[in-house]
Amino acid sequence: MTSAESGFFGRLSWDAFPLAGLIQTPNANEIVANTAAGIVIVGVVAVVGLLTWFRLWGPLWRDWLTSADHKKIGIMYVVFAIVMLARGVLEGVVMRAQQAAGPGDGFLEAEHFAELFSTHGTIMIFFVAVPFVFGVANFLVPLMIGARDVAFPVMNQISLGLTVSAGMMLMVSLVVGKFSTGGWTAYPPYTGAAFNPGVGPDYWIWAIVVSGIGTTLTGINFAVTIYKLRAPGMTFMRLPMYCWTIICSSILIVFAMPPLGVAALMLAADRYLDFHFFTNDLGGNMMNYANLFWLFGHPEVYLLVLPAYGIYSEVFATFSAKRLYGYNSLVIATMSIAVMSFTVWLHHFFTMGQSALINAVFGIATMLIAIPTGVKVYDWMATMFRGRIRFSVPMLYGLSFLMLFVIGGLSGVILANPTVDYQVHNTLFLVAHFHNVLLPGVLFGLLAGYNYWFPKAFGFRLNEFWGRVTVVLWTVGFMLTFLPLYFVGLMGMPRRSFSWEDPSFHPYMIVAVLGALVILAALLSVIVQLWVSIRNRANTRVPVGDPWDARTLEWSTPAPPPPYNFAIIPQITDRDNFAAAKERGEAYPTPDAYEDIAMPRNTGIGFMLCVFSGVWMFALVWWIWWLAALMTVVMLVTFIAWTFKGDTEEIISAEEVRKRHEAWLDLVHTSTPVDRDDETTPENLGLARPDLEVVT
Amino acid sequence: MKRAPSHSYPGLNLGRRHESAHKATEVVTFGFWVFLMSDLVYFGLMFAIYITMIDAQAGGPGPHELFDLKSVFAQTMILLTSSLTVGLAMLALKYNLPRSRIVLWFGVTLVLGLSFLVLEIRDFMAMAEKGGIPQRSGFLSAFYGLVPLHGLHVSVGCLWLIVLGIQLRVFGLTDLLMSRVVRLALFWHFLDLIWIGIITIVYFGGLTYG
Repeated sequence: MTSAESGFFGRLSWDAFPLAGLIQTPNANEIVANTAAGIVIVGVVAVVGLLTWFRLWGPLWRDWLTSADHKKIGIMYVVFAIVMLARGVLEGVVMRAQQAAGPGDGFLEAEHFAELFSTHGTIMIFFVAVPFVFGVANFLVPLMIGARDVAFPVMNQISLGLTVSAGMMLMVSLVVGKFSTGGWTAYPPYTGAAFNPGVGPDYWIWAIVVSGIGTTLTGINFAVTIYKLRAPGMTFMRLPMYCWTIICSSILIVFAMPPLGVAALMLAADRYLDFHFFTNDLGGNMMNYANLFWLFGHPEVYLLVLPAYGIYSEVFATFSAKRLYGYNSLVIATMSIAVMSFTVWLHHFFTMGQSALINAVFGIATMLIAIPTGVKVYDWMATMFRGRIRFSVPMLYGLSFLMLFVIGGLSGVILANPTVDYQVHNTLFLVAHFHNVLLPGVLFGLLAGYNYWFPKAFGFRLNEFWGRVTVVLWTVGFMLTFLPLYFVGLMGMPRRSFSWEDPSFHPYMIVAVLGALVILAALLSVIVQLWVSIRNRANTRVPVGDPWDARTLEWSTPAPPPPYNFAIIPQITDRDNFAAAKERGEAYPTPDAYEDIAMPRNTGIGFMLCVFSGVWMFALVWWIWWLAALMTVVMLVTFIAWTFKGDTEEIISAEEVRKRHEAWLDLVHTSTPVDRDDETTPENLGLARPDLEVVT
Repeated sequence: MKRAPSHSYPGLNLGRRHESAHKATEVVTFGFWVFLMSDLVYFGLMFAIYITMIDAQAGGPGPHELFDLKSVFAQTMILLTSSLTVGLAMLALKYNLPRSRIVLWFGVTLVLGLSFLVLEIRDFMAMAEKGGIPQRSGFLSAFYGLVPLHGLHVSVGCLWLIVLGIQLRVFGLTDLLMSRVVRLALFWHFLDLIWIGIITIVYFGGLTYG
């Protein structure tokens, strides 16, 4: 490799491709690696082929890739997250299979297994949870607060571009070279140049830095959007609960992403420039890394779970046909969690040498966070109490969440006790705990939101039957996979072990791999549900836009909403403004006059920065210095050139708005309202019959 | 139409003389403040790392051998003066002085910014001659992680001054460009603030405790 280091392609050579490994040493390990690389290549070829076959390149470019519309950007985020979710789940299944193949070494090599848990963690956190959360937020927040777009639509597009290009680095690492083996936390000195001279940690570093910039810009964007663009009359205490959780998440991003960026860039300085931040020699101190990483890492889990709490809050209220119970306490609890999440990071490394006193302080702080979370759980249950509950798909996710999440939360309180943590840290007990909060908490919440808001985004409902099948599969799959890990963790099985010997672990490993297969089925079921729903969309259209008799502002628009969201910016008088308007019978007013609307014009800058930053990262990983320098200049020039473009908005004429809005109002007045018993029938066109008082 | 309040964000506002630009500036300047807060966390953490690594000199040269307070004093004076000149550009904008006045003050600020960078790079070269390179110790890594990061920000500020100066010459005082002047001025004052932290913590703190 040394001979290639100074060459035109840096340290890139044919050995970097997995096929070379398969030819040299054909075994199960290489077959798995090549299959994974093959899936990526086949996937890319299939997408390119389909787009060409159906002549979709033009529409894709005009309507999606260059769009600055927050709704389309949100949908692209979610599509990206679901693609990455598929990879993350597959990796999880392979890891479970490896451990179930024991006692002994299984079929993977230790290196390969380490790559799997590193990419699994990195992908699930940074490229599934974050884009899914902010995809949904992108779609919803302007609609919920009565705005026409986010505060900075072009910056929003750039955020998406950077997140996607960073995610693509993980895909590229399957085909060219190898990803890091240092876990998603990438602790030095193991990930330093002395122990890991290869490209793996470099892939991790640049993916994290670039996606981190994208996420920071998103956080700034949403904080400003919610502070500054609320419709007249929408005071903070009239914000939908979901928007409260997004504003808290945005604040967490603004303050918690910098520690991650600092840590990753310092690790890069150690690896590339021979600095001594975290090395073993010359005064380096890896504890600085642990502190910085978790100073980010702990707020991160709350910035993911708070928006899911927000989704559940909307879902429980709507499908119980009641006002959200304890709104004020939920707001206070959300804010408390956001603030307290900065005071507990040390519980991730109780065993790394602090004094008992410091451990005790952080242990108590950690237990305190359970209090506002508990408040929320009671508020949700009280929301359902005596409501007119419909067990539709989002609600089923919610109920599954309530029961499972409490188990996960309580195991967290157990771990918060430093003396217990000393016993179970680094075992599968911990793995069970955080999957128990992240799956029912974040993933189920996002899937509930996906089922709940899908008709708003695309104008037709998702299939109920397959939705229910999916809920059951996720729930059962989760329980089979992760609940056994609690027990085997207490029995002492370390996490991240590719090999184990104690035969008493075996039954648990078998159950867990069966559960992983059920989760795989759940993932397939998500795709089947989407497929069936698209095929049957003629029977599930909801053009009027309010299929669930819901309460917040986004449901007062057509489905799908027009590019400008609201023909007339609404005046807000109540917390659940749309529900209140429906009760008064004023939900669909006819405006007196229409105005021209200025909307952001399409621009290619986000896409260009996506491509350039991708090439830039690749060049840095493989030491292709001339290309990295070139891309730095190209990105700078692109951005500066863009700032010379003054004309960034286009006008939608009042006449066009009037035509479109009146056509929709006609539809509203001619549609038959349905009540809640007929919610899932073809008669439901999205116009709700007011029956809020009816309790059956 | 409701009039915008005369102050919609901290710092020098465009005010009622520029009603439409003042309104257009509100949201984007607020966003820029949020960005600066995020950037401030970056610097805050680098300061914290420097403090934890002051003793990690590993037998290499320390603050007493390396720091040249005369040069640091000169850099401080230059940077503080540049904050004054960028403030004068803002005042020229606010009180409708000719556009050339803004560009002039931008030019002076740019010259000061570049001189600051020249002095700083000379310092680094002098340190390197005495063996003070980042590869030598954890302490020096922390120094070179923090001070050049500020220098990088100054460079970005200089590039921004050039680009915005050209745009002002080409397009005149549009609302969009006025709002960019406001943000550039904020950014430049932010650099000054960080520099005050650097002289107190890195240089004085280093000499006191290192």
